[in-house]
Amino acid sequence: MSLDKRYFGKSISRTDGHAKVTGEAKYAAEFNVPDLLYGYIINSTITKGEIKRINTEKAAALKGVIKVFTHENRDSTAWLNLKYADMDAPPGIPFKPLHDKKIKYNGQPIALVVADSFELARYAATIVEIEYDIEGHHTDLQRNLDQARAPKKGLASFFKPGPPKPKGDSNRAFENAAFKASGKFIHGMEHHNPMEMFASTVVYENGGKLIIYDKTQGAVNTQLYVANVFGKAFKNVRVISPYVGGAFGAALRPQHQLFLAVMASLDLKRSVRVSMNRHQMFSFGHRPATVQTTRFGADRAGKIQSLYHQAIGETSRFEDYSETVVNWANMIYPSENVKLDYKLVPLDVASPMDMRAPGGATGLHPIECTIDELAHKAGIDPVEFRLINYSSLDDSSGKPYSSKELKECFRQGGEKFGWDKRNPHPRSMQRDGKLIGWGMAVGIWEAFHLPARAEARIEIGGKLIVSSATADIGTGTYTIMAQIAADCMGMDVNNVEFRLGDTDMPLAPIQGGSFTAASVGMAVQAACIGLQGKLLRQAKKFKPDIFHNAKPEDIEFAGESLRIKGTASNMIPLKDIVASTGQKEIQSRKTGVPKAFKQRKYTRCAHSAVFVEVEVDEDFGLVKVTRIVNAVAAGKIINPKTARSQILGGMVWGISKALREESILDHRFGRIINSSLAEYHIPVNADINDLEVIFVDEDDSIVNDLQIKGIGEIGIVGVPPAISNAIFHATGKRIYDLPITLDKVMSK
Amino acid sequence: MTPFKYFLAKNTSDASFLFENHPRASFIAGGTNLIDLMKENVSRPDTLIDINKIPGIDQIETLNNGGLRLGALVKNADTAYNEIVRQKYPLLSDAILAGASAQLRNMATNGGNILQRTRCYYFYDTAVPCNKREPGSGCSAVGGYNRIHAILGASENCIAVFPSDMCVALAALGASVNIHGSQNERTIDFMNFHRLPGDTPHLDNNLQSGELITSIDLPPESFNAHYSYLKLRDRTSYAFALVSVATALKIEGGLIKDARLALGGLAHKPWRNTLAEDFLKEKDPIAANFAEAADIILEEAKGYEHNAFKINLAKRAIIRNGLTAANLKKI
Repeated sequence: MSLDKRYFGKSISRTDGHAKVTGEAKYAAEFNVPDLLYGYIINSTITKGEIKRINTEKAAALKGVIKVFTHENRDSTAWLNLKYADMDAPPGIPFKPLHDKKIKYNGQPIALVVADSFELARYAATIVEIEYDIEGHHTDLQRNLDQARAPKKGLASFFKPGPPKPKGDSNRAFENAAFKASGKFIHGMEHHNPMEMFASTVVYENGGKLIIYDKTQGAVNTQLYVANVFGKAFKNVRVISPYVGGAFGAALRPQHQLFLAVMASLDLKRSVRVSMNRHQMFSFGHRPATVQTTRFGADRAGKIQSLYHQAIGETSRFEDYSETVVNWANMIYPSENVKLDYKLVPLDVASPMDMRAPGGATGLHPIECTIDELAHKAGIDPVEFRLINYSSLDDSSGKPYSSKELKECFRQGGEKFGWDKRNPHPRSMQRDGKLIGWGMAVGIWEAFHLPARAEARIEIGGKLIVSSATADIGTGTYTIMAQIAADCMGMDVNNVEFRLGDTDMPLAPIQGGSFTAASVGMAVQAACIGLQGKLLRQAKKFKPDIFHNAKPEDIEFAGESLRIKGTASNMIPLKDIVASTGQKEIQSRKTGVPKAFKQRKYTRCAHSAVFVEVEVDEDFGLVKVTRIVNAVAAGKIINPKTARSQILGGMVWGISKALREESILDHRFGRIINSSLAEYHIPVNADINDLEVIFVDEDDSIVNDLQIKGIGEIGIVGVPPAISNAIFHATGKRIYDLPITLDKVMSK
Repeated sequence: MTPFKYFLAKNTSDASFLFENHPRASFIAGGTNLIDLMKENVSRPDTLIDINKIPGIDQIETLNNGGLRLGALVKNADTAYNEIVRQKYPLLSDAILAGASAQLRNMATNGGNILQRTRCYYFYDTAVPCNKREPGSGCSAVGGYNRIHAILGASENCIAVFPSDMCVALAALGASVNIHGSQNERTIDFMNFHRLPGDTPHLDNNLQSGELITSIDLPPESFNAHYSYLKLRDRTSYAFALVSVATALKIEGGLIKDARLALGGLAHKPWRNTLAEDFLKEKDPIAANFAEAADIILEEAKGYEHNAFKINLAKRAIIRNGLTAANLKKI
């Protein structure tokens, strides 16, 4: 089938935009039912130990308080640890809320107060008395590096392969290298902080069937978890999640408000909502703190001879959360001597979780800063240095890239930025008494394609309804899927409606890893092709005079009709085909299957080149990112408007990671002390200046037929190192401890 | 949040009367800080006395001596954008607009701004010790993460800083605070309004229980020729000052005739040092002199584990802001 790309590649506004800005779009905590009960979570204020006594009497005695749930009075749930493992669970034993008296991390949920109003539940929670037996805890990664060990392997390792085996002798090659650069990089813990806080509204129906409105990046993941943990049949757990107010990975796993709301609902046989407040948004997964070391060496010509990159990340005591931090250097830069090492230190913290570009945003910073330093030492322009070390092969696996237009990213990005006017010497550029720095870095992220299912059905009124149990976490899934379907069926996009976020719909993977556009997009295309086949078969019956001998290659779908190619009159409106069946609709359900055999011969990645200008007031250490040009090569772009927004979001977050945000732990208490949006600093509008996005076109028939690579992560990865490098160019200082706050930048 | 009773005060004496009958009450105006503190369980008043409808204290009026009276209930935004304030006291306008966010300034009142409480992480977290919140429990900041904390006038009991921007300008301008009490009306000089922590860090200021701020008076000397407010912080908006400086100068014949230097983000109250201000009198408005004034102010500064950078930062801010104020020509 040839795809008539009327919409693919065109900027159209979000189909869900109107609903979102008018408040019509409902989020998990906004679905109301009669006689709803409200749960409020009580969190541990200690980091490690046991609950000695928990006195709920006063709280339970308040009029309107229905029940206070603790580990002592909750109903039993599944015995097997495995039952608690959701689709994104790392190796280990998932955290089980209210399981026993043990405290494993500060902020752990330890009780749920259920009352007939939210305000009452919140107040009652303050008068529950808890006594603890406190044990010593360890939350400081930097002081426990001696505990580092290899991560355990599990299912999650499929997406997050460990480092490849060492090659050559990286130590000796480093010692012998003409130019050497090394660094120690420290990243603090970060929390996702989506605007919408976590909530689950569990509607209890007669017979114990549950309808759950949940904040999730995968309705099917919520369903799986609830069914397994509470021993419910899948058909009795329906999960609905049409809108997600940001998630960034935090909703890849069911959070404890879901467990607590379902537990209370089943126990009380009532509908229950549990929502978190902003502090509680710091009581589960986060981007782990890391300490990283690099040692890169190059020969006289600037050719890289040695790559050593070690990352030590934190994890919890009960799960081994790991991510791909160190694998990237040798994917970007060929080298005969390579040693990459990734280790974990278990601490008394909540399990870390995927957060936008997990591993990539962490690992690219050290890699690209060290490359910048190496280029500087070799006296070679940073872009030129990368061109000297450019390869269309992934040196770490020996496989070719399915496509790699990074060179073109350098060219287009550099030209737009004006990189050729850069004075190579640090501290050489000034404006209005401030130091100006120009820095750049490369970004990379893998292009995944997973199996997914979708349904396409055309209704008698002529509307095309396409659905899949995927999510739209603000990325534009609703819009781009409607575009793909409209193109397939030759229809006006306004006659196409894409639906998602409901476990009654065909199965789709959780939304993450930049794989939704490709995976669900291919499923939508498959479903539409299936629908075309059904329409043609019916047309042959209904209008044999026109279609009797028509083969699929003879026909086309255009103008809401099926017609013989190149003719205007030999056609039949799609709704007439539906009507001719005597049914209300014709539908097709299909799976989009990755061409794994073809794909596995290649490394498939999106790339970016990021160019940054900073202005530094050195007296005060103030850094202003005045300009960023981000040139992204990620296959075909379905919708440049929503895609640009996604890359912009990544760039803003890159600024945030480099300069602003960090969850500050007071290790004496094991508590995060800045758990609010007043003190956990993310950028404000005034922090953001010129941001420019360039999409560099790529042809890539390997990744999938739609040539989609995914852009969820590629927008952020190169930004923090490019900012770091720009600060070096402005000040001559390498600051490897993020975030780069003013006290670290100000001159002595 | 603890349940509370709610009363609407008709006038100041009604407010006093209500308070006498509900001694664990809090007055509420804009509520931008109090409601936060109640949600955090830091403040647990059993009664809220709403003073928003009290007549006569919600306007800005010129005083007979040429000064200006700012009603306690006037919103921060309305104060900052008031024509007289902008013309005559631009330092105050600039300081207010450097604070919080537009939404908060629209709600927050002048009286409430003066009474806002510290943003010390530990004060806000009821799970950890804090002498300001729970006298005698200890100070978590002294041995903790104290990057945002005080370098001047602190004690071993408390190193919290007062977060207001508006008050730094009020301190520089030499404002005074008019107070209504059940027994009498009184006026406190701005510099005597807030307290240092000493061994009573739970007391932010010298307002007695049940007293109500009715207005703030600005003296006739407005420093609208040479002024500047500089705020250094972790992001460009919606962040509290790590260091802020309000500089107000009177320059005649190229020499400084009068100088005011007030600092924010460094102490339990807006910080002024008259020795430094006196030093600047009859001096050239040049970097060396502002540097010496800064040294006088910061001589007694003491840094803790994470905030020692503030000493250097404050000095540079004083110099830069002095030069900005001196070179300003607009009236």
